[in-house]
Amino acid sequence: MFKTLRIILTSALVRGILGQLIGTALGYGFIAGLRALRGAETPWIYEPALAFGAIIGVIGFLIASGVLTDWLKWIVGRRTPLRHGAPEGKPEWSRYFNVDYNHKVIGIQYGVSSLLILLIGGIFAIIFRIELAQTGMQWLNNNQFNTLFSAHGIIMIAAILGGVGAMINYLAPLMIGASDMAFPRLNAFSFWVSVPAALLILSGLAVGGWDTGWVGYATLSLRAPVGMVLFLLGFWVVGFSSIAGSANLLVTVATMRAKGMSLFRMPIFVWAAVATSIIQLTATQTVGVALTMSVAERVMGLNFFDPSGGGNPILYQHLFWFYSHPVVYVFVLPGLGVISELLPVFARKPLFGYRWVALSSLGIALVGFLVWAHHMFTSGMADALRVPFMFSTMLVAVPTGVKFFSWIATIWEGKLPKNPPTPLLFVLGAISVFLIGGVTGPILGTIPTDLHLHDSYWVVGHFHATMFGGFIFPFFGALYYWYPKMTGRMYNERLGKLHFWLMLPAFWVMSIGQMSVGLLGMRRRIADYDPALGIEGTQVLITLAALVIGWSVLIMLYNLVFSQRRQPVADPNPWRSRGPEWQIISPPPEFNYNVPFEVVGDPYEYGLADTTYIRDVARASVPSGD
Amino acid sequence: MSVVNPVPAGNPAHAPSLAAAPGAPHEAHVEHGLPHAQQVRANRLGLWLFCFSELFLFGALFTSRFVLWGNTRPELSQVIGLIATAVLLLSSYFMYRAEMGAAHGDRKTFLRGALLAAALGTLFFIMVVVLEWNVFGLEANLFGIEIFGHLSTADGVYGGVFYAMTGMHALHVLSGVVFILIIWWNGRRGRFTPEDHWGVEATAIYWHFVDVVWVFFYPALYLMGTVAG
Repeated sequence: MFKTLRIILTSALVRGILGQLIGTALGYGFIAGLRALRGAETPWIYEPALAFGAIIGVIGFLIASGVLTDWLKWIVGRRTPLRHGAPEGKPEWSRYFNVDYNHKVIGIQYGVSSLLILLIGGIFAIIFRIELAQTGMQWLNNNQFNTLFSAHGIIMIAAILGGVGAMINYLAPLMIGASDMAFPRLNAFSFWVSVPAALLILSGLAVGGWDTGWVGYATLSLRAPVGMVLFLLGFWVVGFSSIAGSANLLVTVATMRAKGMSLFRMPIFVWAAVATSIIQLTATQTVGVALTMSVAERVMGLNFFDPSGGGNPILYQHLFWFYSHPVVYVFVLPGLGVISELLPVFARKPLFGYRWVALSSLGIALVGFLVWAHHMFTSGMADALRVPFMFSTMLVAVPTGVKFFSWIATIWEGKLPKNPPTPLLFVLGAISVFLIGGVTGPILGTIPTDLHLHDSYWVVGHFHATMFGGFIFPFFGALYYWYPKMTGRMYNERLGKLHFWLMLPAFWVMSIGQMSVGLLGMRRRIADYDPALGIEGTQVLITLAALVIGWSVLIMLYNLVFSQRRQPVADPNPWRSRGPEWQIISPPPEFNYNVPFEVVGDPYEYGLADTTYIRDVARASVPSGD
Repeated sequence: MSVVNPVPAGNPAHAPSLAAAPGAPHEAHVEHGLPHAQQVRANRLGLWLFCFSELFLFGALFTSRFVLWGNTRPELSQVIGLIATAVLLLSSYFMYRAEMGAAHGDRKTFLRGALLAAALGTLFFIMVVVLEWNVFGLEANLFGIEIFGHLSTADGVYGGVFYAMTGMHALHVLSGVVFILIIWWNGRRGRFTPEDHWGVEATAIYWHFVDVVWVFFYPALYLMGTVAG
């Protein structure tokens, strides 16, 4: 017990948090101290000092947690071997609290922190949903409400980015037969830099919150409470994680695939990961510019967005959506990849139109760069931009449709089990939910209807359906599906099914309820509404559904935590998958494949006679005697 | 590394790699890093991807200039801009010399080139921060040319865009100078060989990239459009 405490207290996580506190204090003290020396009034309450302190705090976290140590040693010319395994004299579990370079450890670190912040974001949602169940203000004031829904947005996005990072980090190297990512240290950096960023955003709540929503539109952001600065900087720092992680993945897939794994023999999830990474690599920079400009305008008095100095607030929206629209495909593409990955396994049939599905991921990613201004039809941007963006928005339906038809054709005459296991349930649920998210989209992408529905609860219903169908359901399905791979144990099937059968109907009620109150005049981002709208009954239903979803997620967390001890050891390949990751023991060894494999066939030829996807390289090289 | 398959041949593709238990201590002699040549290939690709990513950063700033300034520009000292640009381009030439020196094992050329590139980069940085930004609020004339800028951060969008573009670029120049000094210091101690000088190559690519960005920024800031007000 005492030893456990000591290991946790000396872990990189705790050291990092201390470093961040010290760094923030030093940075804040430096600027505020200079002000005090110059004899300013109230020198210790000063926003630029907070901004500077936040940045120094992040650097403090990184140095104190030790994620930069190897690089700092390289600067002075020392070569450092890559450290493997648990730190000396410490148990295996301590790896997850420390800087570790193994992609599977980092994947699980991403996954656990993602679920934790998902929980926080969900609690925020439930708090303000309870407020909305009735007209009038019950237990929140306006500023609290604004802060809560803003924080709900950005925290959920951080959770989704973490979940995407978890899936890609854990699965992509395993699936392509690599021993690790191309840059393991950079991989660790990508995860650890997102921790102080999340702490920055959360601490923004403590210093007064902010009221702009997660979009942080100028010029409201220039006048928002002081928590805004921490939100902007936290968001900005997360960008480092995205960019470094995506470059790492692209290089890994480009250079470290197993022998014989041509691009069109990669597992379909890897295609989705590549498409995702292309978006993250490039688009993240533009939101970085938008956030930098916002901070500079707030803190240093530069002018970009405030029209009183000649600035242009629409510019912020362009820069912001140039990232934030493509990034919704970052959220959903890995999830859609999981659906395509799991369906053939359970249907015992080849994935229909493999090449088309693979290319449709890239297609979505590329078209996704051309549609950003459909968020701005009512913003007052140039009229000439509207119609082209409407058409490009409709174009997204084409590659997405390719995926849908592929799923249906894969299920068609397939041998789906009569009693579907939890991962399959989640995949089928995801398809149904993503469908409703998808078909409610064109109504918003069409200018005449969008002018009426913009900023209504219809939008809320639409994007929650896409996020649940494209990320939450597939992510939970992936958690159940690869749970035996990660832990070596089977999850509890009954609890898994309970989770699903609570969450799916509840989500349908919530999403359709949101859309219907939206059509009846409920606006988004407001704390109160007119009882004359006659939507109170539906609002209560939405709130109850949100509570049910919250409980069902708690059931999943319980299942994931306690199945590790109580459940039986899982079969090495419980799903009879052909994926390379299932041909080795669970959990996989430190370097994945002790014997490298070679790809000799197509990945999804389930049910076809005499087909093999991979075989052992060493076996082929055994002298045959002739 | 020799890997002998413990599973007898004839076993289907399933369950071949069961040799090591999870978390078992790994044999010390088994090197699991990538082979050097493959690692350098990966590094090179990674660096180019990073440059591609940065392209969007500078591209967004570049676009913002046209959105906010349109066909106008602030009044800036043409002489400072021209000299700073020349200094930065010249530094790229010496960086190239340095990289060639390292690639051919010519340490003297390498060290001299790196030092000159760093010096010129620093000069560029000083010209931007001290002369053009005029952070110290100085005023002076040299041969009838005003050598300190007078565009302040408070000058509306002209100040905003100018400081954002030059600031973001100067930050990259500064980090480039730091990288060059690091390879110079390590080179003096004989860390680089013609076979293994990835650090030098990476710094050179980065430096040229930062240089090329300025080739686009300089006309956008100093030359295009008519002087406003």
